Amino acid sequence: MATTKTTIAKAINAGLRKSMERDPKVILQGEDIGKLGGVFRITEHLQKDFGEDRVIDTPLAESGIMGTGIGLALRGYRPVIEIQFDGFVYPAFDQIVSQLSKLHSRSRGAIKLPVVVRIPMGGGIGAVEHHSESNEAYFAHTLGLKVVFCSNPEDAYWMIQQAIECDDPVIFYEPKRRYHEKGEVDFEATSAPRDLFSANVVRPGTDVTLACWGPMVKTCLDAAAVAQDEGTSIEVIDLRSVSPLDIDAITSSVEKTGRLVVAQEAPSFVSVGSEIAALVTERCFYSLESPVIRVAGWNTPYPASKVEEHYLPDLDRVLDGVDRALAH
Amino acid sequence: MSDTEVAADSPARGKDHHVSVDPAAVSEPRSAADGGPDMVQLLTPEGERVPHPEYDEIVDRLSHDELRELYRDLVLIRRVDQEATALQRQGELGLWASLLGQEAAQIGAGRAMRRQDHAFPGYREHGIAWTRGLDPMRLIAMYRGVDRGAWDPAEFGFHPYTIVIGNQALLGTGYAMGIQRDGAVGTGDESRDAAVIACMGDGATAQGDNNEAFVFAGVYNSPIVFFCQNNQWAISEPNERQTRAPIYKRADGFGFPGIRVDGNDVLGVYAVVSSMLDRARSGEGPSLIEAYTYRMAAHTTSDDPTKYRISAEVEVWKLRDPIARYQRWLMSEGIADAEFFEAVDREADELGEKVRRETVGMTDPPTSDMFDHVYDGPHRQVEDDAAAFAAYQASFEDAAEPATTTKGA
Repeated sequence: MATTKTTIAKAINAGLRKSMERDPKVILQGEDIGKLGGVFRITEHLQKDFGEDRVIDTPLAESGIMGTGIGLALRGYRPVIEIQFDGFVYPAFDQIVSQLSKLHSRSRGAIKLPVVVRIPMGGGIGAVEHHSESNEAYFAHTLGLKVVFCSNPEDAYWMIQQAIECDDPVIFYEPKRRYHEKGEVDFEATSAPRDLFSANVVRPGTDVTLACWGPMVKTCLDAAAVAQDEGTSIEVIDLRSVSPLDIDAITSSVEKTGRLVVAQEAPSFVSVGSEIAALVTERCFYSLESPVIRVAGWNTPYPASKVEEHYLPDLDRVLDGVDRALAH
Repeated sequence: MSDTEVAADSPARGKDHHVSVDPAAVSEPRSAADGGPDMVQLLTPEGERVPHPEYDEIVDRLSHDELRELYRDLVLIRRVDQEATALQRQGELGLWASLLGQEAAQIGAGRAMRRQDHAFPGYREHGIAWTRGLDPMRLIAMYRGVDRGAWDPAEFGFHPYTIVIGNQALLGTGYAMGIQRDGAVGTGDESRDAAVIACMGDGATAQGDNNEAFVFAGVYNSPIVFFCQNNQWAISEPNERQTRAPIYKRADGFGFPGIRVDGNDVLGVYAVVSSMLDRARSGEGPSLIEAYTYRMAAHTTSDDPTKYRISAEVEVWKLRDPIARYQRWLMSEGIADAEFFEAVDREADELGEKVRRETVGMTDPPTSDMFDHVYDGPHRQVEDDAAAFAAYQASFEDAAEPATTTKGA
């Protein structure tokens, strides 16, 4: 196996390229994704190589980008929509919730909408308002959509291709503060290492289960390494998909450890973490040694960037959550 | 034949037996309330044919059979609409959105489409659905609550009814962008070149999605006709609550033509939509057509228009009825006779009976239906709930088992 060290950003770019080479119906739509290659350069060089008809610089109107993307899918295309930042998806929210998520079931399966909506998500980059949000709960709450997060270059490379091949609409979250973190990717491999919607135990452990996704995976792995030095064995699960949720992966771990901490950037109130806590309580009640602990962004709007490090759960707050779980 | 060749004194028009010029009608500019002087009208409310340098040629191409067929369409879809309204009153439908008064706009537009064209409707486009061969029972099923509008758009070139106002304009524009990428525009092949009609009402013109659709279609020069049925009312709000400028004039700012046509004139609508669809298919880009018409009935069966509009206004529009004027013209031109009209009426009676019978005979979907097709692929949480619901239902059968052993057999 010949692997290459690359970044999440470059891995997504490579995955998009692979998908476009494989299927001429794959087209990209978004603001500034052509000549510029996107504000994060995720689509760099793709317009040069695939042309303006397949890498479409759109007018600055997110509902338009989304709505026309659905229309293209109705015509048989597989559009990959880039939303420039998490906080700019709301103008497209109506099209996503009212049309994208519903047309398949409304038509009793006659309509398939293989649309991928790529959203650079999360905070930690010192950005201004509307550039740091974790809004996955809105979309996970909308049945008809699937919602996934990549957290490392290998997943980024494969998951974007799998999302494009999926006949259901997929909200594809990219952890923007991790874009330039490196990892090994086998670009010559011919099949994905795991299913798009399966969770992945990224670090086995015995004392506490730590469930996370997207940008929090690295934080949690760092926390687990520190905890190991302190004598606590943490099992870290990268959920990868929050809709569908691979609940069996979580419950089988919790049945072993008896303790669950869920770590997310989003506020805890009515969140994916809350849903996991409820499901695990229902299903693992007699295995639990402690309440499920949520380590999350505070229940406030995303704050000014000068204080965001106090808002985002960091290594210490994750370990504090682990301590609270172990205190029982 | 190009437009410039169809001058007023063209021999092609000279032998046109359909045209009967009323000098009074052409010399007096129409008042703003009647649609204004820019409005294309080929048939006056009195059933007089008004010549038009650009559109006569298109109408003249219609055979007498086709002209009679338009009348049949108008009468039959009005009957479907009346039956559906009555069925709602009898509790058989949850809701119905009547197209009364808008038959000509919809039949004219629908019949201007080619097989390969696609329509993106709102929720009142029963007439366009009719022209696409979609059984009205499919629409009624949705309004009865049996399904959510479950036809296959690819089969009919008619997409799902869209209730969130304006959404469909963007879907249609995206679809048109797909047509461009398929190379199905401007090839000159009449069976290949395709275009889209995106429907909207006057209320929808206020929506962001509609205006974004105008932007995208303009920027990409996409093969789409935005077909606005201005029926004067968005539930209780009149035109002046939606727009300051006349709707058709808005197209100018987006860089494509806007045309107002008398929406109660089936020939006018057919001609204008045909012309703009041809333009779109040939690669000349989008257009906006405002069919100036009137919502004769309530917004839906849940609405009470006596709260916000005066009956005198409705009375004025009754005089502009799309079917009466067309029938008058067909008779005066000798294209159809009393026997034909009676036959259509009989067919309408039969259709009405069929609609009533099939509506009350519709069976409810199985309760498991709600879990089917939420996704194309697997989804654990949907599956868990489907299983939980099945178990919950089964629990009643188990409880009842000692008494009624045949239940569920």
